[in-house]
Amino acid sequence: MLKHWWKILALLMVLYTIIAGFLLPVPRLVILNETIRSLYFHVPIWFAMLFLMGVSVFNSIMYLGNSKIKSDIVAVQSANVGMIFSILGILTGMLWARYTWGTWWTTDTKLNGVAITFLIYTAYFILRNSIEDDQKKARISAIYNVFAFVMMIVFVMILPRMNSSLHPGNGGNPAFGKFDLDNTMRLVFYPACLAWILMGVWITQLRVRTDVLTKKLLYDENV
Amino acid sequence: MFSLNFTHFIVLLKKEFDIEFRQKTALNGILLFVLSTVFVSYLAFQKIIQPNVWNALFWIILLFGSIITTSKSFLSEQKGRMLYNYWLYNPRQVIMSKIVYNSFLLTIVSFLTLFLFTIFIGNIVEDLSTFSLILVLSSFGFSSILTLMSGISVKAGGSFTLTAILSFPLTFPLLLVVIKVSKFAIDGLAFSVSVQYLLVLILINVIVTTLSYLLFPYLWSD
Repeated sequence: MLKHWWKILALLMVLYTIIAGFLLPVPRLVILNETIRSLYFHVPIWFAMLFLMGVSVFNSIMYLGNSKIKSDIVAVQSANVGMIFSILGILTGMLWARYTWGTWWTTDTKLNGVAITFLIYTAYFILRNSIEDDQKKARISAIYNVFAFVMMIVFVMILPRMNSSLHPGNGGNPAFGKFDLDNTMRLVFYPACLAWILMGVWITQLRVRTDVLTKKLLYDENV
Repeated sequence: MFSLNFTHFIVLLKKEFDIEFRQKTALNGILLFVLSTVFVSYLAFQKIIQPNVWNALFWIILLFGSIITTSKSFLSEQKGRMLYNYWLYNPRQVIMSKIVYNSFLLTIVSFLTLFLFTIFIGNIVEDLSTFSLILVLSSFGFSSILTLMSGISVKAGGSFTLTAILSFPLTFPLLLVVIKVSKFAIDGLAFSVSVQYLLVLILINVIVTTLSYLLFPYLWSD
């Protein structure tokens, strides 16, 4: 029980953010109106995705150093879960954009960056599928993963700062800066970030365990 | 490990040029590719005067041309010679020599594409000196990304398709900045407008070259 406290915490916090996120009062802002509640879901999901991709690239670098197949399993599974979070992030963002910008998708540097990040990681999985040998697959995909992660950071962190963007947080649009987020929102937003990151870690952990057991039982390999 | 032996680097670079002069496959193939694509565009468009269309077409042709040019960089090495080089040289010198060689090749290809555009489709670039600078910088950046990717796809036993799939998304950051800044050059805006984009271009070049330099030894050891 003591080992599992953080999973219970994650579950409770996700429940809390869903209930409080929909019921607690939010500031009345023009255009945004109730869609401001998207902040409780969209932004934490992207944070969780970036965190998981960070875990993935950290384990890829570890693999290049130690050649342990366990590091490769953690790297690929956290990238897998990160992909699911990025799909969720895109969907929540599209829903928000439909009611605020009036369209599901638009040409914006941030949105382009997200779409291309998605392509980069899809290429990562295609690369993995095209190699048979486990060690070789792990090493080559680790190299690609490091390259891909740095390019993703360039894309979602650096380029949007250079071009004008409609996205909140760019070009004077309100975001979670110190003037835009009132104290009630903080009360939900910060737990939400932690909650989704913990959920991501939990899902990844389950997938890694399944992978390790599969290797052990089916192929009789010790990982 | 981190020291670059300059004579080895020169020897490796010379080897790349020697292979090219003996086989002449890469350059001839790419010449034909660029010529035929530009000619097809000419048949379709005749003259292009809209800057956006010109810009998009130019960079799409150049992107595909670059991928074709660099995809050969590891295929032309026979298995025995790769092993021989592996014992003899530092992998970092191998990748640097290949990057420098490929960027030289890509610079030639870029200016050739511009020349063919001038003949067939028309040259609407107002600020040619800035545009040339962009071509040189982008050639180096593309070469750094694509050389490593072609190495990866060769090690993965993959085809040309795999190289293209792996490289496309990674070239997008570079490509977006390049397309934006070359639009400025086409419109003939002042150099001061382009400067910050050129700096980002240099920054991306530094990032991708460092990554290729650091990661290649892991790819090399088989």
